[in-house]
Amino acid sequence: MMERYDVVVIGAGPGGLAAATSAKQHGAERVLVFDRNCYCGGVLNQCIHDGFGLVRYKEALTGPEYAEKACREADKANVEIKTGAMVLSISKDRVMSVVCGNGFMKVQAGAIVLATGCRERTRGAISIPGTRPAGIYTAGVVQNLVNIKNIMIGKRVVVLGSGDIGLIMARRLTLEGAKVLAVIEILPEPCGLQRNISQCLYDFDIPLYVSHTVSRIIGKRKLEAVEISEVDDNKQPISGTERIIECDSLVLSVGLIPENEVALTAGIALNEKTNGIITDDYLQSSVPGIFACGNCRSVMDLADLVSEQGEVAGANATCYIKGEKMKIYMEKQSVFKKGFPEKGTVTCPLCPNGCSIGEYGEKVVGNKCKRGELYFRQEQIDPRRTLTTTVKGIDGMLHPIKIENVRKNELFYKIQNLDKN
Amino acid sequence: MIHMSLMITDVLIIGAGAVGCAVARELSRYKLKVVVVDKEYDVAAGTSGRNSAVVHAGFNNKPGSLMARLCVEGNAGFETLCKELDVPYKKTGKFVVAFDEEDQKTLQIIYKQGLNNGCKGLRILDGEELKRRLPDVGGISAMESIDTAIFDPFLYTVALAENASCNGVLFRFGEEVKNIEKIEGKERERYSVTTDKRTYKARYVVNCAGVGSVRVAQMLGFNQYKLYPCRGEYLILDKIAEKFLQVPVYPAPKKGIGGLGVHLTPTIHGNIIIGPSAEYIEDGEDYSSTKLIIDKLFDEAKKLLPTLERKHIIGAYSGIRSKQAPPSEGGFHDFLIQEEPECKGFINLIGIESPGMTASMPIARMVCNIIGHSIDLNPNLSFNPIRKGILKFSDQNDEEKDRLIKINPEYGEVVCRCQNVTKAEICQAIENPLGVKSIASIKYRVWATTGRCNGGYCFARIAEILEKDYGINPEDITLRGKGSEYFIGRVK
Repeated sequence: MMERYDVVVIGAGPGGLAAATSAKQHGAERVLVFDRNCYCGGVLNQCIHDGFGLVRYKEALTGPEYAEKACREADKANVEIKTGAMVLSISKDRVMSVVCGNGFMKVQAGAIVLATGCRERTRGAISIPGTRPAGIYTAGVVQNLVNIKNIMIGKRVVVLGSGDIGLIMARRLTLEGAKVLAVIEILPEPCGLQRNISQCLYDFDIPLYVSHTVSRIIGKRKLEAVEISEVDDNKQPISGTERIIECDSLVLSVGLIPENEVALTAGIALNEKTNGIITDDYLQSSVPGIFACGNCRSVMDLADLVSEQGEVAGANATCYIKGEKMKIYMEKQSVFKKGFPEKGTVTCPLCPNGCSIGEYGEKVVGNKCKRGELYFRQEQIDPRRTLTTTVKGIDGMLHPIKIENVRKNELFYKIQNLDKN
Repeated sequence: MIHMSLMITDVLIIGAGAVGCAVARELSRYKLKVVVVDKEYDVAAGTSGRNSAVVHAGFNNKPGSLMARLCVEGNAGFETLCKELDVPYKKTGKFVVAFDEEDQKTLQIIYKQGLNNGCKGLRILDGEELKRRLPDVGGISAMESIDTAIFDPFLYTVALAENASCNGVLFRFGEEVKNIEKIEGKERERYSVTTDKRTYKARYVVNCAGVGSVRVAQMLGFNQYKLYPCRGEYLILDKIAEKFLQVPVYPAPKKGIGGLGVHLTPTIHGNIIIGPSAEYIEDGEDYSSTKLIIDKLFDEAKKLLPTLERKHIIGAYSGIRSKQAPPSEGGFHDFLIQEEPECKGFINLIGIESPGMTASMPIARMVCNIIGHSIDLNPNLSFNPIRKGILKFSDQNDEEKDRLIKINPEYGEVVCRCQNVTKAEICQAIENPLGVKSIASIKYRVWATTGRCNGGYCFARIAEILEKDYGINPEDITLRGKGSEYFIGRVK
């Protein structure tokens, strides 16, 4: 017997969980979420840094905290979640082939929401010349190894790409004792959020080389060094500008690509350039009854916006099976500012506005609210940071923790003390 | 004083590439003690794992040469061999494409050469038929070779080694030969071969060291051999490009190039590979890719297949040809396979470049014959020619998938999402008969980490399996054995 559900969501990250919760709330009776991991929350679980939830929950949450909230909402709405189950393919009439520890099964859905997220662009895709030694990783893999699997990659690290994951990992590896020698960006401006440039690089004096790239990888068995070069306007390395940085690890943060292996099996149309699922205004893909939300549609900066989009996709999936009128999704852009922080200002991390706050004479300027002024004043006399790290539990596993209001110059001291206990 | 352990064997094979492993497997048919040593930590670490993965028909080689004879013979027996050893093999045929009049003349020459060499299944196609058969491919005419096939060269070598190992051959990895001495007067222990780990006394030494074979030959004073390492770079395309091409497509060979020209080859796993370039280099182990050639390969390939796009590239690799022909001359010198007259029992195999993979089994039989000249080869009665590979979950039908998971729930856990490799398969790869446990060993046995995400999804999972299920410390997880450690230990 084939199991039947009203709405099946593929992927239990922020988008999928919000879609399932919303489908249930809009009156779909049987709602199921599949996730190939053995836990819920997707990549949020390894994103132990804070800054999630500023839009949706109006507070700065860590990834695991945000995931927990999303899971609780789904639980409360009585969404069925099946983890450790991977959807291999979908037919046009929405029958899914699924493998899990119990066996191979087929599940039919009235409507499907794809929330399959994204994957990282790799060394192969950007064709970095040189050898192929051990010691080259993508930033997300490093995040998973360091924050969840309790595995440390190296001592001397170069990060290629100044996207947010690269910046976050530069800080994370520094806090765990590695020396991050450089962050290399091929564009003239960094790609990450201003607050991350400031709190992940400037706080730790990590050099950022813009208009540079890694032009060669050196080392036969293990990475020994990278050659970096300045690039011209066509992003091509300029001969004569090469310099060698000795390192044991190269962390790549060179972009994210929507992950649509499953979508392809259903014959869903993808954007040729971005690999994202093409949807109409209702977040419906080219195959009727199959919707998409989050990074598999187009890579987004904020989990908060992914959740919002998931809600619309879940609601519309329900409307689809009921034959009701669907809701138009309004595209939202992140308001966080990217690139270099403005000179002489601090970037306020307290809300999505991310004001660049400075002083004009005695007066504090650039802030949109009182909290910004207080933050700026605090930065001048005694900067404080939220320390996010892990501690080893008695179960031997790593557990994420967050400590607010730590003196900036005591971050290392604090983390060392935590590890001792 | 360091005590080096001693091992006595009938035959010591140096090098666990396709040729070394084929020799080992053929010798395991007889009552002989055979040991294979390799300085790397798995089979096929050199040229055998770094090539175009094509079973050649033999039309490219000079009539009357060993290359031509052994290639044609190897091609004829390859399918049966792959069946015995459970190695992926597909007879795709191949097209050699002409772009101008000179190329067309070349096609005629190699066509006749092929017939001379005893190749069957060669035909010349006019432009119209070429267009019809391969609509995405450019060119004005072509030669089709029906007997050309594609296969998995790594699994082929693994299979030969596993089969040899099951039939009694001992493999020792991570041992580099440092010194060979001739011992006078002892018929059974003619050579003393010292590696960085121990000393072997052997009646026969077979030098299958590929690019390193000259260095090994020099250890016994054979200074007359010369090899010129010639690097070939390749690009790997996403499976999505599979639809463009099901057959290897080569340009008509140009004079003086030490290779077959940049060609497009579909692999048995569905990725197209582009390459190889041909560049003489100093260091025979420099497997770098270079910007210049990456760009050039892509441009050349685009001539053959105009629909190709840069975003289809998911990786690159390179291999080294051990060429006897110096750069000034180019082209091919014939394989050198001989027992050295002044050193009985020392068998040199020098310059085994393309089509060495195709010819590996006939080469191995040649080596057996050489040994059989001086001693009686008694059959090993328990020899079993059959080797079973790791069952591919993704190739099974729905019922079989369900059955497999019910027997072993680890089939229900997909570890590599691009190639759909399950935990059960990863574990079988880790538990391989040769006892090698690097990430590359796992990769080449079940093809995990080779997809478009380059291991982004499965690498950390495989590391976790090695750690949790097999008790390997993070700092001992390597890419290719010692010296290629991935991690420095735990975070806390």
